[in-house]
Amino acid sequence: MQFDPFTIPFDIGLYFILIYAVVRCVRWFMDLSRPDKLRLQRGFFGRAFGQSIREIFMESLIHRKILKSNPRLGYMHMSLAFGWFLLILFGTIEADIFGESHLNAPYKAIFFKFFNPEHGSTGFEAFFAFLMDLILAFILSGLFLAVLKRFSSKVVGMKKTTRLKPLDKIALTSLWLIFPSRLLAESFTSGTYGTGSFLTGSLGSWLASFLPAEQLAYPFWWLYSLALGVFFILLPLTRYMHIPTELFLIFARNSGIRTGDQTGSYSEIQTYSCSSCGICIDACQLNFSAGITNIQSAYLLKGIRNNDNVNDIAQNCLLCGRCDKKCPVGIELTPIRMIRRRIGETEKEKTTVLKRYLPDRKNIVPVKSNDKQVYNFLPAVESEKTDILFFAGCMTHLNPAIKNSMIKILNASGVKYKFLDEKGGVCCGRPLMLSGQDKEARELINYNSKLIWKSGAHTLVTSCPICYKVFKESYYLDVEVLHHTQFIKMLIEDGSLKLNFLRKRVVYHSPCELGRGSGVYDEPKDVLKHVARLEKTDFEDDNSLCCGGSLANMKLSFRQKSKIAHDAAAELTKGNPDILATACPLCKKTFSSATETHVADISEIVAEAISLVQIKRNSGKKYFSIKESADIL
Amino acid sequence: MVDFGFSLLKARQINYDHNDRSIAGYIYEREPSFRLCIECGGCSATCTTGNFTRFSLREINILIKRGENEEVRHEIRKCMLCGKCTLVCPRGVNTRNVITLAKEAFQKRGINAI
Repeated sequence: MQFDPFTIPFDIGLYFILIYAVVRCVRWFMDLSRPDKLRLQRGFFGRAFGQSIREIFMESLIHRKILKSNPRLGYMHMSLAFGWFLLILFGTIEADIFGESHLNAPYKAIFFKFFNPEHGSTGFEAFFAFLMDLILAFILSGLFLAVLKRFSSKVVGMKKTTRLKPLDKIALTSLWLIFPSRLLAESFTSGTYGTGSFLTGSLGSWLASFLPAEQLAYPFWWLYSLALGVFFILLPLTRYMHIPTELFLIFARNSGIRTGDQTGSYSEIQTYSCSSCGICIDACQLNFSAGITNIQSAYLLKGIRNNDNVNDIAQNCLLCGRCDKKCPVGIELTPIRMIRRRIGETEKEKTTVLKRYLPDRKNIVPVKSNDKQVYNFLPAVESEKTDILFFAGCMTHLNPAIKNSMIKILNASGVKYKFLDEKGGVCCGRPLMLSGQDKEARELINYNSKLIWKSGAHTLVTSCPICYKVFKESYYLDVEVLHHTQFIKMLIEDGSLKLNFLRKRVVYHSPCELGRGSGVYDEPKDVLKHVARLEKTDFEDDNSLCCGGSLANMKLSFRQKSKIAHDAAAELTKGNPDILATACPLCKKTFSSATETHVADISEIVAEAISLVQIKRNSGKKYFSIKESADIL
Repeated sequence: MVDFGFSLLKARQINYDHNDRSIAGYIYEREPSFRLCIECGGCSATCTTGNFTRFSLREINILIKRGENEEVRHEIRKCMLCGKCTLVCPRGVNTRNVITLAKEAFQKRGINAI
């Protein structure tokens, strides 16, 4: 039986982490709600299993998403994760074929060279030794990048990298030590016995030429084992907990489990799946425009893991969703932030080391509010019957140009509609929701729902993406909700709207709530292509910028907001377009004070392009009376 | 006493020594732009809530600064946080945060804003 005391730290670490991972996964599974449990069970024995295995291979090992967006950073992550996986895989195969028996204990595969120093000189053995050296070189190249990244993150094409806790630093150091110590240990052993391939062999014989290789090998094998052991033991307390958690997350997500709006097991799994890679920091406009560097999602999740009071971090965010789309792990960052906003301020808890290994399940009581109705001053609901409702929204009322353009379009197309909030309506409830006051928001939602329901409409058109998102997601109505760009596209397609082509160059800014928030990317662009020459910007679709005016952030100062708006507008108007088009009254308002370029809503551009013949035919006098009232405004 | 159908007006003096102006202090500390308010009333003119009821952010600002919290806590929850006031403010006061902070301050003092 081959055994040596130096393998003990590794053995302890390995068995600890395996048992720990199983215990944590069982606890998470038990904490899931009943439907989620069923989903996971069904997913595990169904098609989701294959998908998950594929995703684990592509994302957790190869890091395909990072490779696509940033090849150098992706290579760094891939070499460490995939390289280590290959090292373990081929190490086990090697030990199985050439070791003393089949199905060895793990330590025999990891420390194969120590127990079989003579191995690897000829034929098939040499091929395996070459392969193992190649993989080790692959990992070391990635490690080299990782060390450089700590000192200058620009090396891997990142502007900022995450700040670490002391414990993270110890774990990081032990992780860094693992592969160099393996290299040296194998080299010294190879040097002594004259074996080893291109890396360990040549380094070993060179080192043996002036160092006592035989004596030095043993301490380095100890160091290798210790580094592994320390890394495994500290893993649950550090960000490296993401390695086991991510596997569970991928299975859960592919089984159809989503975050929802309450804290629970799934959001805890996501919290631990964050590897603090720092991609969200680079994506955040508060970072690169406003210079705020402590509120990004990586820090939010870190704060939640440490039981800190994260209210300030949760509140200071535009909720633009850029980080959400870029997260390589696919953590639902925006819903998690919304949950924290609902929870509000919390006390920092004192924890012991034991408690940090097995944290309690949190039962956070929501902020108490008295049950009195807040908005009981609202008038009784009265509604006329109609087919199509137009809801302008608060922000559109601040932009009469958009409102009038929409009226012009609706009249010209000859549809039968009613203007729901012509004399100023009630807020849709989204701003209250964004600030975490769901109960109050629900009151407004109920009020508006009654209005819409009593009108008997089948379609609701809104001009404001903020309203659009909340109508779509939080109103339980049997009504088709359309943003005005979608509605205009419909009108164009069924021929009720005839438009001229304007000879203007237009760039399109996709509003956060409409684009990333609701997935409406194409309709606004199609409408624009129909009436003008649409040009591309560097920030399209998922990568589009936030104007900085977002209602989600109340903590930004006026100056910081306008800095974000100026930076974003400057990026979008690089090609000197005639018009900066957007589909949101709030974006329009924010941008118009931040750039020299003419900023217009799509409805304004469309209204300008309507052929006069059509206006006369469909609306006659009606339009001109509106035009007069618009002039007064 | 004979009821003539009218009475004496209540005293309307504002005693800064007795009024609790800590709510204003709480807001100043966290939202310095609150100091910039010139009480122009632009916010009240555009207010969504003000369209339905007698609710004026300008008035609330003045009352908070004077420390007349009793009136404020009745009014403040009527706000719908829609954000029109922030956009029209000529001084760049972050009005939504002012409202939120005032609510928070009342809550921290154990007085529920009614």
